Amino acid sequence: MGPLLGDKPPSEERRHWPADRTSRVPFWIYSDPEIYRLEQERIFAGPSWSYVALEAEIPRAGDFKRSDIGDKPVIVVRDEAGGVNVVANRCAHRGVAFCQQAQGNVKEFLCPYHQWTYDLRGNLIGVPFRRGYRGQGGMPADFAVEANGLQKLRVARRHGAVFASFGEPEESLEDYLGPLMLGYFDRVFAGRELVPLGGMRQRIRSNWKLMAENIKDPYHASLLHVFLVTFGLFRLDQRSSVEMDETGRHAVLVSRKGEQAVNDATRQMRSFKPDFTLNDARLLDPVREFAGDATVVMQTLWPNLIIQQQSNTLAMRQLVTRGPSAFDLVWTFFGYADDTPEMRRRRLRQANLMGPSGYVSIDDSEVMMASQAGISPYPGAEGLFEMGGREARSEDHMVTEGAIRGFYRHYRRVMGI
Amino acid sequence: MTAAPSLELRLAIEDLNSAYCAALDDGRYEEWPELFAEDCLYRIVPRDNYERDLPIALMHCESKGMLKDRVIAVRQTAFYLPRFLRHIVSGIRSTVEADGTIRSTANYLVVQTLPEQPTELFNSGRYLDVILREEGGLRFKERLCVFDSIVVPNSLVVPI
Ligand SMILES: [Fe+2]
Repeated sequence: MGPLLGDKPPSEERRHWPADRTSRVPFWIYSDPEIYRLEQERIFAGPSWSYVALEAEIPRAGDFKRSDIGDKPVIVVRDEAGGVNVVANRCAHRGVAFCQQAQGNVKEFLCPYHQWTYDLRGNLIGVPFRRGYRGQGGMPADFAVEANGLQKLRVARRHGAVFASFGEPEESLEDYLGPLMLGYFDRVFAGRELVPLGGMRQRIRSNWKLMAENIKDPYHASLLHVFLVTFGLFRLDQRSSVEMDETGRHAVLVSRKGEQAVNDATRQMRSFKPDFTLNDARLLDPVREFAGDATVVMQTLWPNLIIQQQSNTLAMRQLVTRGPSAFDLVWTFFGYADDTPEMRRRRLRQANLMGPSGYVSIDDSEVMMASQAGISPYPGAEGLFEMGGREARSEDHMVTEGAIRGFYRHYRRVMGI
Repeated sequence: MTAAPSLELRLAIEDLNSAYCAALDDGRYEEWPELFAEDCLYRIVPRDNYERDLPIALMHCESKGMLKDRVIAVRQTAFYLPRFLRHIVSGIRSTVEADGTIRSTANYLVVQTLPEQPTELFNSGRYLDVILREEGGLRFKERLCVFDSIVVPNSLVVPI
């Protein structure tokens, strides 16, 4: 027996997480402000590659998009030479988050407060009254514009997706992803011209890690998601796999649509409703468009990205932390430049499954809110992740929480807890 | 040529909106699709997408059948915490085109009450409607909900 639920304050429980118990996760990591602060420092501002934008959102010189890494606002901007730069949205002078538009086009960035100006690479190019006025005031003679630009992040791009880092990643993006994850990534992006179809955003009242757990957990999909199960879009008795990289930080869930048969598996799923039919079947009219027989590939890339390919609905889901008990899930839906009008309509219809109103994703955002409501008041309790064993390894079935164990193995290494 | 609606038509448009709100707020969801024409379009779109001509929508229904499927999701397939919603519609402005098609816009506000939580402002925006006269009264041919803040508090389960 563990300690009684909630009988110890978080301070006593903090850092108490036996090294050999990664299949049990203490609840203080989802609510402790000190853990949140450490995550910002070691994970989001650390040497990882975080997703920030699609290049197709900023095609021309001067196009920019606001984005976030952890809870830090950044700007992703295309320069005159076609390069993509990522800078902190924080004036080098007095810290104003000077860029207030979600997206737009500029020749240069101007801070409204004292009109310091920056070029598209984040270099400081203008300081009003730098030499003072009529011999009075001005910046000190040794003030160097070169040394006072915006904070510039390291940037990596692959097939139209932009990643950035506040830290100094030791690996290239390709090495960071590893060959297995790179294969799944390229499956959606390589050689394709992307077209953004629009965004959605929801502020989910839970810790961000519950989202990572959710999307690495194929076990719940067969039970919670009545819609998926009933229409055979993702089901435990289908041929499927959970795969992860060597570190455990990245993972994919792969599923193949199977028969709508009633069998031993469906009998254990109370959510299976064999008689359920749609009034308008055009909602689910998937067309195979990728090599191989996978119909769903959900890829989670450490620390802030989920790449969704659910039938013909494609989206980047970016996690933006908002304190220990909230995060924004930022959805960017996309298609391909060579989509037929029919395929484009199909993507819009199938988007009904996803986002803040998704036939599937509502279940997740609501269950995460309910999870946080049970977890926060009980920091001394713990979660149990032992479906499929206590190891973290790739499996060719869905009855496992192994990818979550892989995630926490890596999390503990990065956090030093 | 467009014309101003008659007083009688203005009242009928207001009644349509009131019936719409009542169906959703009172949980009589099955009545909601019946306020639409058979061949209809219902979409919920963040202002950011609308202004940039980006097509993706939170809800995208191209027929009364798809509206009914939304109702089935709310009733049967979706898991969500219980909630009370209240739709407030005001500032309805309408014009009538030469062929009798009515174009109407309105502001809306939806407040939400979750269990043991204070009531919160959930969503605000504009309705952009195309309304037809059918046997039995006015029906929405199109209802486009353009909402102000792209950030949705948790989930948007019940139609706006
Ligand atoms: Fe799920």
